[in-house]
Amino acid sequence: MTRATKIITQDDVKYIASLSRVHLQKEETQHLTKDLEGILHYVHKLERLDVREIDPTSHVLPLKNVYRCDEVRSSLKQAEVMQLAIQQQNGFLKVPKVI
Amino acid sequence: MMPAMEQRYETVIGLEVHLQFSTQTKIFCGCANVFGQQANSQTCPVCLGLPGALPVLNQKALEYAIKVALALDCRINTLVKFDRKNYYYPDLPKGYQISQYDKPIAQDGHLLVADENGTTKRIGIKRAHLEEDAGKLIHDDQTNSSFVDYNRTGTPLMEIVSEPDLRSAKEAYDYLQALKLTLQYLHVSDCDMEKGSLRCDANVSLRIKGTSSFGTKVEIKNMNSFKAVRAALEFEERRQQEILVSGARVVQETRLWNDAKALTLPMRSKEEAHDYRYFPEPDLVPFVLEESMIASIRCSVPELPRAKYERLRQTYGLSEYDTNIIAADQDIADFFEACAKLYGDTKKIANWLSGPLLQEMNARKVGLKDMRVTPQDFIVLLQKMAENVLSNLAAKETLKYMLDTGKGAVLVIEERGLAQLSDSAALIKIVEDVICQNESVVQSIRAGKESAVGFLVGQAMRQSQGKANPKMIGAIIRNKLLGSSITEAY
Ligand SMILES: [Zn+2]
Repeated sequence: MTRATKIITQDDVKYIASLSRVHLQKEETQHLTKDLEGILHYVHKLERLDVREIDPTSHVLPLKNVYRCDEVRSSLKQAEVMQLAIQQQNGFLKVPKVI
Repeated sequence: MMPAMEQRYETVIGLEVHLQFSTQTKIFCGCANVFGQQANSQTCPVCLGLPGALPVLNQKALEYAIKVALALDCRINTLVKFDRKNYYYPDLPKGYQISQYDKPIAQDGHLLVADENGTTKRIGIKRAHLEEDAGKLIHDDQTNSSFVDYNRTGTPLMEIVSEPDLRSAKEAYDYLQALKLTLQYLHVSDCDMEKGSLRCDANVSLRIKGTSSFGTKVEIKNMNSFKAVRAALEFEERRQQEILVSGARVVQETRLWNDAKALTLPMRSKEEAHDYRYFPEPDLVPFVLEESMIASIRCSVPELPRAKYERLRQTYGLSEYDTNIIAADQDIADFFEACAKLYGDTKKIANWLSGPLLQEMNARKVGLKDMRVTPQDFIVLLQKMAENVLSNLAAKETLKYMLDTGKGAVLVIEERGLAQLSDSAALIKIVEDVICQNESVVQSIRAGKESAVGFLVGQAMRQSQGKANPKMIGAIIRNKLLGSSITEAY
């Protein structure tokens, strides 16, 4: 495997981390960059395959048209939902102000 | 600012409309799709995005989307797949929205929009896709927190994106009205902007007239009524014009319409570069639309407002005003056509529909479906007027009682004694009384002031408690005072 071209840089990893709200230490960033580089190199083997005759696939399962009828099923109770919240007030989930 | 400068610029607007479907349940789970419930009482593991929960598409939501696509003359992508749009915001419990990215269900449609002069313009529909709505946030300055209600999360939503074909705030407003009416005809949503079931964002830019490239566009959000859309776009048009005229450049940004201050302001939240990292939704398998399914939905698309308008105008020779009112409501249009089958005076039907009946509907705040009158009853009312049994005023009274009681016109006229007095002996007696009581007016009429006849007619009408036939009264007065023939009135 040649490593002449970098598929992913530390800046890419920092950017993805920021989009994902993940705070990384410097060593973690270096480590993850190396790991992701390896994964991407591995996946890049696929590029050598000739896929001209193959239709694009959006899903790996041999299934289609799985629907549900428009019928109401019971929901969770408000109190049950509130138990999932870190903070709550009057039936609302409470989070730091976002605007 | 010099008018000559203003005229150099042309406004370019594209609208993004979000439509909530009125299905019984949400798009990917069985939670009830209802508005105004107790906060966080309509959620489940699927719409809360709890680990392991899997979405399953509501067939009705897909059918509604196809119906909208057909009504907007779109090309339908028969392979329907969903994609994840990833971003973090507290109103999105999963951390992503299930949406459609590269293959929207509908593309390349159009809508014909008429202005008040009846000139139509074709507005392109770039794409329309199916997605799920997010939750609702309430911001609180005092506690410096936001409150989240997930009831709305997962409501079926269709995003309808127009081409940048709109050239003024007015045109955008007309397009939105026409789109709403078309969507209402489909019965897939209540299309209520106040409730948020119809929402509208806009992209606005200006360019030098005659050029084909686009200027820097600004996205406008937070327009919560039709009036707000028009006001916000007019404001933004002026704002950008002033910037360009001063030689500065428009900044690409998202601005929020502030209804109280009547202006747009930059959105203050940290604008992160939009990087949604779309990828195919692995939890939903693809959907292949069969031609037979599309065909059966096509059958459920009714005659649409524009077509109905044209047909009513041509078939019944109605005025633009009446046709607009009648075509603006499917029930009214159906009612009109049922009446037209029974009675030849279609202009009269239209007048009485768009006039007194509509007034009663508005006063009672109900739709035509909830009014206690059938086309048959309504026609009898009009016939009684034509036969001079009812004066205009008495007919309005009759209509009111008909609606109050659900009784037919004939019965109401009889019960309330609303029939017009056309018995000439009785009318002559009333006129004679009025002549005796109004000597000075009588003299002035005899002296040539014929306009005063109207006053005496009014007096006679009052004396008969509105039941006298005013035309006959007028004729009798003229006959008595001026010697003209009574039959002239007929
Ligand atoms: Zn749910």
